[in-house]
Amino acid sequence: MTAPAPSGSAPPTSAPPAIELVGIDKRFGAVHANKDINLVIPKGTIHGIVGENGAGKSTLMSILYGFYSADKGEIRVDGKPVAIRSSQDAIAAGIGMVHQHFMLVDVFTVLENVILGAEGGRLVAKAEARARAELHRLETEYDLAVDPDAVVETLSVGLQQRVEILKALYRGAEILILDEPTGVLTPSEADHLFRILRQLRDQGKTIILITHKLREIMAVTDHVSVMRRGEMVAHLTTAETSMEKIAEAMVGRHVLLEVDKGPANPGAVLLDVSGVSVRDKRGVTLVDNVSFQVRAGEIVGIAGVAGNGQSELIEAITGIRAPTSGTVTVNGQPVPADPAKVRDLGLAHVPEDRHHMGLVLPFEARENAILGYQDDPRYGSGLMQDAGAILKTCETQMAAYDVRPPTPRLRTSLFSGGNQQKIVVAREIERDPKVLVVGQPTRGVDIGAIEFIHKRLIDLRDQGKAVLLISVELDEIRSLSDRVLVMFAGKVVGEVAPSTGEGEIGLLMAGVAKDRQGKGAGA
Amino acid sequence: MELFDQLINVLASTIRLSVPLLFACLAGLYSERSGVVDIGLEGKMLGAAFAAGAVAAVTGSAWAGLGAAIAIGVALSLVHGFASITHRGNQIVSGVAINFLALGVTALLGQAWFNEGGRTPQLPGSARFLDVTLPFADSLRDVPFLGSIYANLISNQSIPTYAAFAAVPLTWYVLYRTRFGLRLRAVGENPHAVDTAGISVARLRYAAVIICGILCGFGGAYLAIAQSAGFLNEMTAGKGFIALAALIFAKWRPVPAMWACLLFGLLDAVALRLQGTVVPGIGEIPVQVFQALPYILTVVLLAGFIGKAIPPKADGIPYSKDR
Repeated sequence: MTAPAPSGSAPPTSAPPAIELVGIDKRFGAVHANKDINLVIPKGTIHGIVGENGAGKSTLMSILYGFYSADKGEIRVDGKPVAIRSSQDAIAAGIGMVHQHFMLVDVFTVLENVILGAEGGRLVAKAEARARAELHRLETEYDLAVDPDAVVETLSVGLQQRVEILKALYRGAEILILDEPTGVLTPSEADHLFRILRQLRDQGKTIILITHKLREIMAVTDHVSVMRRGEMVAHLTTAETSMEKIAEAMVGRHVLLEVDKGPANPGAVLLDVSGVSVRDKRGVTLVDNVSFQVRAGEIVGIAGVAGNGQSELIEAITGIRAPTSGTVTVNGQPVPADPAKVRDLGLAHVPEDRHHMGLVLPFEARENAILGYQDDPRYGSGLMQDAGAILKTCETQMAAYDVRPPTPRLRTSLFSGGNQQKIVVAREIERDPKVLVVGQPTRGVDIGAIEFIHKRLIDLRDQGKAVLLISVELDEIRSLSDRVLVMFAGKVVGEVAPSTGEGEIGLLMAGVAKDRQGKGAGA
Repeated sequence: MELFDQLINVLASTIRLSVPLLFACLAGLYSERSGVVDIGLEGKMLGAAFAAGAVAAVTGSAWAGLGAAIAIGVALSLVHGFASITHRGNQIVSGVAINFLALGVTALLGQAWFNEGGRTPQLPGSARFLDVTLPFADSLRDVPFLGSIYANLISNQSIPTYAAFAAVPLTWYVLYRTRFGLRLRAVGENPHAVDTAGISVARLRYAAVIICGILCGFGGAYLAIAQSAGFLNEMTAGKGFIALAALIFAKWRPVPAMWACLLFGLLDAVALRLQGTVVPGIGEIPVQVFQALPYILTVVLLAGFIGKAIPPKADGIPYSKDR
């Protein structure tokens, strides 16, 4: 399972490989991000790169795309060594990249985004005409239709991603790197993306797919390379391996991909959401008459593509935002629009976006360990804080949740994503809440930590707490929840059992609600 | 007919008063479209005005004065650029620092060099940009309406005035029709997109602040050696800030920027005209009312009454590769 030959697993072919990395090494201060990386990617293949967060895959791709330069090592494209010192060099070498966060100018049209940086002259009129013709060609060749005059911010996420791919192809990319491309897509949009990728491969392009979703690796790649702690630990041929084997190589030990849980034992209603609607300042309805209950001892999952009202629903439930109409009760008590008071009612909240809501990144870990509970008499009285008690709380939580490094005085921004999330989860769960609202508990979290967090959520359920889980990861929803609600355009469009097929839930998520429509509203 | 003449007079003075606003506003437009907030327009214009007045007084050449003004405008812009682009400093702090620096240094050097209480010596006509008379202006003067408009509004302005109004369509063209403009707009919205497209964010932003400095140089020169006959202490009198207000008013677009500057210039012209006059039923209107109007209008606009003014998304945010 561990690294075979350092030269990778490329089948012997006569044509030189599209990409060859030889002995790439990169340090950031004390962090050894890439250690002597060797990688061979044959032309015309889809190559997956997997690894936990902080394993070094982003650094490696950034080196390939000229964002950083390697301390040591050589990059060869089509057998010839190339020096890639900037994105410009990478583009010239035929490398294109679709970033996880799209590199698009929202207020520009598709055409303007495509020509940006590749205008080929001082005036834009000619470039636009040229791009228009070329887009038309790409559209017919690769099934990549998108209106060239549409303003990017009006397009769906799936279409924006298509614009990114078009940008790369317009620049003549022969090698396309995609960084976590499906994170924001519906299952059907992801399927469409994979069809496009296969088509591109069949036309001779080389695709590098960085993802943490093993299912996608299995579905679309030809080969897969696994990184762990800055090293390449395995080069595998997809057809000859399994998800379990890849996961094991990533983590370095055996992992449980399936969550191990017994049947739920629902008790009294602890969280009651009744007819909640949220409208924004412009009067747009974001949450539309949503009602459901969560009982003690069950996990209710809310599935849906990001941006369908889940975030606003969480805000209404946790008191961050007052609902326009409807009521929320926790343990029979109505929820006021004040998160601190909601917490006093016994509701804990792991926010969707830990960077914006869950943590203050420049703070030390010990300060974040009590964030939101700083007025608790345990941590001091009056104007004074009890530094000793805070430190002790943080140390206890770090030990219980295996936060690495276990250093309460370390600045939070210096922890990896998974460990940051553990700090948040530890803080919220250790308060022994009656109701836990969790948003995207494992976003940007590595497999080892995912397993850990999932186990904690199940434990909490078995202790008789009510858990509301909101996630865009359908796998996560299906494996953890006892009941699944699907949200689309602010409405709960259906309630399904977690065993329901991905396809059917996917249709609900895409708003193609069938006979189940409306059933969830009264659930 | 007398009312018409008065109107022409007010409009002529509107144009004169809006020129420094327009230069500063377009200067800010380039800078802010690239993502660099420039609260230091006032200071740059003041520094440039002093340079223009001083150099014109010493050399006796208006053009040398303009050159010096541009040099100082660009130099101060580069200080701002160095702080906010290269070192990713706080752009507001840097801009405020430039304002204070210009205020102090101009007064100090003015007194040290010319001993006239901070002002530069009175310039003779030959060392100033005087109003030019366009062809046929005199012969057409007596044609009713159009003749008067041509002779008094369009003709009889100084060279920097024509430059200011020519800069408006030029800026529009640069912004919306050229590669540079496309990239400039992009870098103010999403510098990451520009960087990944293989274009240097820093170089683009430096180009933008240099253009900003040149335009501030024109604005300062206009104040000291076209509108007046020398530099006076604090002669910008908040015009750099009004220009920023106009920029917001115009939603960072060149043609609306011109209209906003003309509107603010008009308020100024009306204020001058109404100074001391008694309006029946109200009494004497304090000048301050008109002086405050641009700010009041801007606040009203920002409160969302006239429409949303959305700045370039990356305006004011230093760029670093990692997010």
